Amino acid sequence: MKQAAFEVRYGTEIDRFEKWLDCSHVKRRKNKTTDETAGLEAADVPAAYRHLCQLMALARDRQYSPDLVDRLNHLVLRGHHILYGPAAGQRTRLLAFLAAGFPETVRTEWRLVLTSGMLFFGPLLILIGALQFYPDFILYLVSPEHLARYEEAYDPANTRLGMRESDDNVMMFAFYIWNNVKIGIQTFATGIAFGLGSIFYLAFNGVVIGAIAGYLTAVGHGEPFWSFVSGHSAMELTAIVLSGAAGLKLGSALIAPGNRTRKAALVEVAKPAIHIMYGAALMFLLAAFIEGFWSPLTAFPPRLKYAVGATLWMLVVAYFTLAGRKRAT
Amino acid sequence: MLDTARRVATPEGVEITLRVAGPVPRALAYALDLALRVAVMFAVMIAVSALGRFGSAIMLLTAFLLEWLYPVFFEVVSAGATPGKRAMGLIVLNDDGTPVRWPASLTRNLLRAIDFLPFMYFVGFCSMVANRDFKRLGDLAANTLVVYRDEKPSSASIPLVSPIAPSAILSLAEQRTLLDFSERANRLTAERAAELAEIVAPLTDDRHGPAAVQHIVGIANHLVGRR
Repeated sequence: MKQAAFEVRYGTEIDRFEKWLDCSHVKRRKNKTTDETAGLEAADVPAAYRHLCQLMALARDRQYSPDLVDRLNHLVLRGHHILYGPAAGQRTRLLAFLAAGFPETVRTEWRLVLTSGMLFFGPLLILIGALQFYPDFILYLVSPEHLARYEEAYDPANTRLGMRESDDNVMMFAFYIWNNVKIGIQTFATGIAFGLGSIFYLAFNGVVIGAIAGYLTAVGHGEPFWSFVSGHSAMELTAIVLSGAAGLKLGSALIAPGNRTRKAALVEVAKPAIHIMYGAALMFLLAAFIEGFWSPLTAFPPRLKYAVGATLWMLVVAYFTLAGRKRAT
Repeated sequence: MLDTARRVATPEGVEITLRVAGPVPRALAYALDLALRVAVMFAVMIAVSALGRFGSAIMLLTAFLLEWLYPVFFEVVSAGATPGKRAMGLIVLNDDGTPVRWPASLTRNLLRAIDFLPFMYFVGFCSMVANRDFKRLGDLAANTLVVYRDEKPSSASIPLVSPIAPSAILSLAEQRTLLDFSERANRLTAERAAELAEIVAPLTDDRHGPAAVQHIVGIANHLVGRR
């Protein structure tokens, strides 16, 4: 069949599909449900689309002129987007994810979570211990000016607790989100460099936090410090460890891709990794909330704040070990 | 053919053509987005400056949202394109040509944290020029492509002249070349069109200038089957 005959024979059909595409675009934008279907019933669309695909394949195979082939390609692409695009009303089921999907994913990746936890808590605990005996060692890690600010911030004589750029809780809440989520994303994203970035950020943050905590405890500022951090520590530190685990997951795909190409392995692990990051981001959010509004309060005795902190740690551990197990059985 | 066109197979068993976008239009789109983000940031700063500390809280949250969620939001909600990408005619798609959803968009945008290292997206640039689909690391992990949005193609068809039978038998590829030229003849300058038409001297019987172009267009009319 010559091109001119082809155009005469199928022109109206092609035009009708194009008109339907234009209509469905308008309908989607204005969210109206008029029955303006351009002469194409919803039930007939898939068949019309398949026929259009066939026409494009024919036109291309018969080497019809590029403008015609391009036009058909354009229509098929638009149809493809509408037919295979996201279905309306399909929401990510956040609650189901939090109740089961997230802890399940974390349990599946327990090796990486454990590795990440050791990389972070190892230096942290070692430094807290070491600095009880050699408090001056901190000068190798933190500059004296910085140290003075920390000492001042956690002076037992203060009426407020914590490193406060400002006295305003809302402001600090926003600051913690901005700062902590950024650290989490860095820890995650740099893991793509064969895990090296995640390892660095985990250990680096472990060292800094451990050094400050150890030093403040050693010089007698322990109570204000620990009563400030205990509340949000469970959420925040776990979230950092999880970000690191997600980053290590990316890195592991590049180090040991198995019998796939490295690219295919990376694509495959990106899904669970980003799911862990969803959860970690929510935990950072909660941590920022606690850190902004609960941690700086001095109205409560330190013991109560330790108790709250310990309870939150238990909740976090219980959540990741128990939640969502029912569905698996 | 040396081209940036990528064929993607659909479930219907046909292939659609996507044109992947290189580093330059993407950098320009990024620059536009950056300018827009800075402008919004300034507007918010001015708007909330009277609110004191609560205002700074809003500013920090805005900075956070603009930095990490601005591209994700637009890529998912606004048909795969941030305002900058839209202005440059770009769109983000999954590798199979479908629109991106939240997980893919988040993956490619969170991994900006490594792509922009150590400065000016150097890592991302190296990654883009090292693979055939111009993917930065975020695109590799999320399995996404940045392609040119397919503008509605011009429906200009081959000019109507009386058909002329070619003096030799033409292969399919040769026929297509003549059709391609005839469709573009109106979009070229007359001089360039003549210059191109004169190349196929055996077909045009050594005609020159507009006459050669007319002759080729006539053959094209014959080839598409006009009578």
